[in-house]
Amino acid sequence: MSGAVPWNEARAREIIDAHLGLEGPALPILHALQHEFGHVPEAIVPHLAEALNVSRAEVHGVITFYHDFKREPQGRHILKICRAESCQSMGAEKMALDFLAKLKLEWGGTTPDGSLTVEPIYCLGLCSHSPSAMFDDEPMGWVDAAKLEEIAAEAKGE
Amino acid sequence: MTRIYIPRDMAAIAQGAKKLVIAIEKEAAARGAKVDIVRNGSRGMLWLEPLIEVETPAGRIGYGPATAADVASLFDAGFLTGGAHKLCIGKVEEYPYFARQTRITFQRCGKTDPVSFEDYVANGGYKGLDRAFQIGPEATIKEIADSGLRGRGGAGFPTGIKWKTVHDCKADRKYVVTNADEGDSGTFADRMIMEGDPLSLIEGMTICGFAVGASKGYIYLRAEYPIAEVILNEALAAARKNGALGDKVRGQNFAFDIEVRMGAGAYVCGEETSLLESLEGKRGIVRAKPPFPAFEGLFGKPTVVNNVLSLATAPMILADGGAAYAAHGMDRSRGTIPLQIAGNVKYPGLFEAPFGLKLGEIVNDIGGGTLSGKPVKAVQVGGPLGAYLPVSLFDTPFDYEAYTKKDSLIGHGGLVVFDDTTDMSWMARFGMEFCAIESCGKCTPCRIGSTRGVETIDKIRRGENVASNIELLKDLCHTMKFGSLCALGGFAPYPVESALRHFPEDFQKPALEAAAE
Repeated sequence: MSGAVPWNEARAREIIDAHLGLEGPALPILHALQHEFGHVPEAIVPHLAEALNVSRAEVHGVITFYHDFKREPQGRHILKICRAESCQSMGAEKMALDFLAKLKLEWGGTTPDGSLTVEPIYCLGLCSHSPSAMFDDEPMGWVDAAKLEEIAAEAKGE
Repeated sequence: MTRIYIPRDMAAIAQGAKKLVIAIEKEAAARGAKVDIVRNGSRGMLWLEPLIEVETPAGRIGYGPATAADVASLFDAGFLTGGAHKLCIGKVEEYPYFARQTRITFQRCGKTDPVSFEDYVANGGYKGLDRAFQIGPEATIKEIADSGLRGRGGAGFPTGIKWKTVHDCKADRKYVVTNADEGDSGTFADRMIMEGDPLSLIEGMTICGFAVGASKGYIYLRAEYPIAEVILNEALAAARKNGALGDKVRGQNFAFDIEVRMGAGAYVCGEETSLLESLEGKRGIVRAKPPFPAFEGLFGKPTVVNNVLSLATAPMILADGGAAYAAHGMDRSRGTIPLQIAGNVKYPGLFEAPFGLKLGEIVNDIGGGTLSGKPVKAVQVGGPLGAYLPVSLFDTPFDYEAYTKKDSLIGHGGLVVFDDTTDMSWMARFGMEFCAIESCGKCTPCRIGSTRGVETIDKIRRGENVASNIELLKDLCHTMKFGSLCALGGFAPYPVESALRHFPEDFQKPALEAAAE
């Protein structure tokens, strides 16, 4: 997202060191790295492996297991549209596919100008206001085609 | 100074609560009115969010759903003294949807400031823990056992037995882990309690820690709930500041503290052993059981893993006694269940009631039927691994065993309503697709079976050898059900089989279309 800073190895090591006192620190470290850099760069794998005293393969395995850890930079804004059953009961699937077709994207894709990444999400717990979505950190209920258009325009405008 | 309440619950935020607060502050300043805005949790009448509550001498008066655009007219109508307005619902606690409930787990949710320790204590908080300290660990566990409380995450395992098992284990370190990875579509009760009354979870975990001899608790929270993370951490800080967590909890010789840990978008981490792997910093791969987590859990130590609602109910059980809780419910499902009614429904919300309500009552009387106004076709109960129930099963009482008898499950108490435009073969396909996306990959029936399931349903939907492919799909479901290591692969067949059983016509569409031509 817009707050991400460029890759900086010294800063990454600082982040790792700050969490080593925790029990089972791997996920908190990965979250912190992603928060800082917008993704988890490949270059961190050997450092993290060394700090946690595990193999690189194990670190790679953890990063790739979780949907939320991204190995590539994402768009400046991220829109997550819920695909789960409750939202489908209110037409979310068609709404999302139409929107993706309009942007010529597949799920997980980023617009060519790098402004927006569109991801599927499986339940935001906003099932009372289906279809729901999350634009960066803002949850949204009763999303429709018009709202999605507004979001795409807002992302592009900045 | 007039006190008004506006929820900071995620559903209220999603419907514009932040803008509403700003608009009220601005309007109040312009009119010289003094307001004290408390950010409470949601009462659970979610179609009314954001719901403003105004404290008046007569009680709390509600206005909702209110947006920033309504603010000027609310002031004009004198809402600060409970004036009439088209959004006014009268006294919130007398509103029929609310008044009909039996609120035990959710007794404070929406009423209090979620992060105010004083508010929590003034509304019965910490009576449960104080009583646990008085009666000791064994008697505490007996109260939980007597209450009949069963795991609210979905498996329905008796909570008292789990606690006793961990209590009886000898170990240098034990853990209490809250499973807050509420991934089921149609469920939001955990989120609401964590955002609306987090101290009840914190007190419940502390009671559990005292009862089983654990000194450390973790709340494993799904990444999709960022607002709950903020509120939980504020509540934890308040508890520490007031001596309810730390080296001497409430002055007793008992040390306990709690940490919130975020998941990273893996549904399978709601399975307890996968959750523990994830907490340890590994891939969220399911462990074979036994050993059960009660014997070898987090970092190999005895661990209680309980759902948010199970733990948040413990304070009341200790305060009022197990018998008071067990007085509610039916058969072996004792106490109350916070139902979450969602999807295509007129009055979506959280409705806490004793077990035993009929499915039809829940969907039609409480939920008001579909939002679209079209007839109900199916209700998926218990999340993505739960069965689709047709209207012909509307007399099924909400009870663990009654649902099992109908080849379905109540899961975490979530219900998603679908109208008659729904294509059940598509929903069955989605069930398999979801399992394929979320499978941890450890066991073959789940990892491979779910992908084969998607392919087979695609063939059926295209009209290829429909009869034999349906046979194949049923066989595959059987293999997944009995061959999978955990509930993900083991229950993924429920939505598929129930769709096949109750809505066979939706799997014959291409043939019907061909016949019509």
